[in-house]
Amino acid sequence: MSARDDILGSIRKSLGRGPLTGEPAAQLHQRLAQPQRNLIPDRTAGRDTEGLTAQFADKSREVACTVDEVDSLDAVPEAVRAYLSRENLPARVVQAPALAQGPDGGLDWSKTPTLEVKTGTSDGSEDTSVTPVFAAVAETGTLMLTSDTATPTGLNFLPENHIAVVRRSQVVGPLEDAWGRFRAARAKAGGAGPEDGFVMPRTVNLITGPSRTGDIEQKIQMGAHGPRRLHVIIVAD
Amino acid sequence: MQSTSKQFKDNAHHALNDATLQRALLNVKTGFQEKRAQVVAGLPEFEALRDTGRDIKNHVLANLDFYLERFEENVTANGGHVHWCRTPAEAREKILEICKRREAKTVTKGKSMVAEEIGLNEYLEENGVEPIETDLGEYIIQLRHEPPSHIIAPAIHVTREQIAEDFRREHTDLDPNRRLEEPRDFTDEARAKLRDRYFAADVGITGANFLIAETGSTVIVTNEGNGDMTQLLGKAHVVIASLEKIVPTLEDASTILRLLARSATGQEMSVYTSFSTGPRRSEDMDGPEEFHVVLLDNGRSAMLGTEFQDMLRCIRCAACMNHCPVYAAVGGHAYGWVYPGPMGSVLTPSLIGVEEAGHLPNASTFCGRCESVCPMRIPLPKMMRHYRQREHEKGLNPQKARAGLALWSYFATRPGLYRLATRIASGLLGRLGKVNGRFTSLPLASGWTSVRDLPAPEGRTFHDLYRERQAKGGRA
Repeated sequence: MSARDDILGSIRKSLGRGPLTGEPAAQLHQRLAQPQRNLIPDRTAGRDTEGLTAQFADKSREVACTVDEVDSLDAVPEAVRAYLSRENLPARVVQAPALAQGPDGGLDWSKTPTLEVKTGTSDGSEDTSVTPVFAAVAETGTLMLTSDTATPTGLNFLPENHIAVVRRSQVVGPLEDAWGRFRAARAKAGGAGPEDGFVMPRTVNLITGPSRTGDIEQKIQMGAHGPRRLHVIIVAD
Repeated sequence: MQSTSKQFKDNAHHALNDATLQRALLNVKTGFQEKRAQVVAGLPEFEALRDTGRDIKNHVLANLDFYLERFEENVTANGGHVHWCRTPAEAREKILEICKRREAKTVTKGKSMVAEEIGLNEYLEENGVEPIETDLGEYIIQLRHEPPSHIIAPAIHVTREQIAEDFRREHTDLDPNRRLEEPRDFTDEARAKLRDRYFAADVGITGANFLIAETGSTVIVTNEGNGDMTQLLGKAHVVIASLEKIVPTLEDASTILRLLARSATGQEMSVYTSFSTGPRRSEDMDGPEEFHVVLLDNGRSAMLGTEFQDMLRCIRCAACMNHCPVYAAVGGHAYGWVYPGPMGSVLTPSLIGVEEAGHLPNASTFCGRCESVCPMRIPLPKMMRHYRQREHEKGLNPQKARAGLALWSYFATRPGLYRLATRIASGLLGRLGKVNGRFTSLPLASGWTSVRDLPAPEGRTFHDLYRERQAKGGRA
C-alpha cells in the first residue's frame, strides 16, 4: 500500500467513514469553488477611497514604513530622488519592468538625471528597488505583490531599501477585498469570471512593514534579511 | 530528536538553577505578553474571530482527506509535487532523495518545527549535505548545536553575551575589534554572513503555516524575510508540512492570519506572509525550478476522532507557552523534545507516546491561562488531564504518587470519614501553627516546605465554615 493510501485510509478510519461522495462531497466542492468570506473586522467599513487611503497611510506608519503622497505618476521619480537624498542613500535604483512599461509608457526618469535607474530583477547588489503593488490593504497597512514577468519577486526582498508605488485606486479595506480583486484580475482565459477559476502566480507576497527580528533578547531590530526600509509612495490617481 | 521528556523533573531543577537562563527568560513577559494584550485590545472582533478560526479548523479536520486530495491536485496542476510520508524516516529520505538528485551541497532552511520533529539537519549532515539555518534565532542555536527552546523564538534562552561568544568562535574571519554588544551588531553580522549562502544554495527548505486546498499554495509567515529568500533563491524549493496545516481557501487563511500574528508576537500582521504555488513559470525572472511539498503524518491521522483531535487545530503561535508560568520558570529545553510548553505537553505524548512523554502533562498547575489565550480555543488543560489519567491507568506514574492518590481517593469517596479526618487535621495544624501562622517544615510535606513556608490552617474546615454560613442565611 502506498503511503498516500495509508494516510488517507488512516484518516478515514479515525473519522469512521469512507471517502466522501455524493451530496457531502458536492457541498465541499462548492465551498472551494465559491469561497465565502468569514467574519471581517469593522475597522475599514464605510470608508471611501480617501478614507481608506488615509487609514492605509496611518497603518503603514504604525508598522515602521515611511509614506509620501504625490499627485500623479509623473511625480514619482522626483519623490524617489528626494527620498533617497533625504535618507542619505545612494542615488541608484532598480525598478520593476512593470514600471518601465506601464499603461502610459512607464515612469519618466528623464527629469531626475542624477538618479541611476536600471530595470530588471535584483542580484542582491542593489541598494534600492522601486516596485508597483497589486493592492494595498488599509486594514493592516499591508501591500500585496504578485510575481510575474514584469514584477520579479527578488525586488521585494534583496535590496536594502524597497520603495513601493501604490495608486490610490489600489487601496482596499480588508484583506478579503484584495483577494476579490485578485481573483477577478486573474480569472482564467475563456472563463466567465473568477468562479470559473483563476491562475495563481508563483508567489503572492503580503508585506507589512520592513524586515525585522526580535530573536536577540526580544529587542526588535529592523533589516534582518529583507529590506531595512520600506517607503510607500501613494499616487493620487 | 532523542527525547529527554522522562527527565522533566531533573531538567526543570537544572533550569531553575541556571542563572543565565533565568535572566534570558525574563524577556518572555515583556516581549510577548504585553504586546499581545495591547494588540488584542485593538481589535473588538478578536473573540468572535477565535470562534471562527476554531470552526474553520474543525471543519477541515472533519474533512481532512477531502481537502488533502484537493490540495494535491492543485499542487500538481501548478507543476509541483506532493510526497506523502507516514513517518519521520520517510520524510527525511524523501528530502534527501531530492537533494541528491540535484547534487546539493548546501541547503538553506527557513524555520520549521516539523523539520525539527523529523531530525532533518542531523540526517542531512550525516549524508553529506550541509543545512544552513537562516532565521536569526535558528542560526544562533545551530551555531550552539542546540535545539530550539521556543516554537517562534528559538533562541529565547540565550543572552547576547552568549551569542557574542558563539559568533566569535564560529565566524573565524571576524575582526576581533568588531563590536558585538547591541542586537543590531548581531543582526548585521548574520545578515552579511547569510547573504551569499542563499544564492549558493542548491535547495531551499521551508515549513508552512498553511496549505491552501483551493490553490495548492503553501504559506509561510515570517518577520525577517529569510524564509522568502530561502524559497526564492534555492534552485529547488522543498516545503515540509504536517497534514493538519491545511485550510480550504484564501479567505479561510485570511481569517486565521488575523489571529496568528496577534497571538504570537503581538503584531497585527507579520511582516511577510507569502503564498508559494508551484515552480517558476517559464516567463518568470526568478524563482525555483522545482517545487515539492513533503506531507508528514507521524501519528496525526490517528489523533482524529480521539479526545486529542482538538490539538490538531494548533497554528503554532506559541501564545500558550508565552503565558505559561511553568514555561516561564523552566524554559523550553526542560520539556525534552521538539514542542515545549502547554501545546507540547499535549502534542508530545500524542506523537511519541505516553510511555516516553506521559510525564509532561504534569508540568502544569492547570491555571488555565494557555486555554484562555489560545486563538484556536484548544482545551489544553482538559487534554493534559486526559493524559494524566492515561499515565495513571498505564501505571507510569511513580509508586509514591500512586499510593498518595489511592489514600486520597479512599477518603474522598467516604465523605463522613473525609470530613472527620480533615477536621482533626485542620484542628491539629491550626493549634500547632497558631504562634507563627506558618510551618517551615512538616512531615510528609517536605516537597512544599523545602522551598517555601506552608500557611497554617485557621483551625476549621471549609465544610464547617460553609455550613455555618448557610445556616446564617448568607450567600455561599
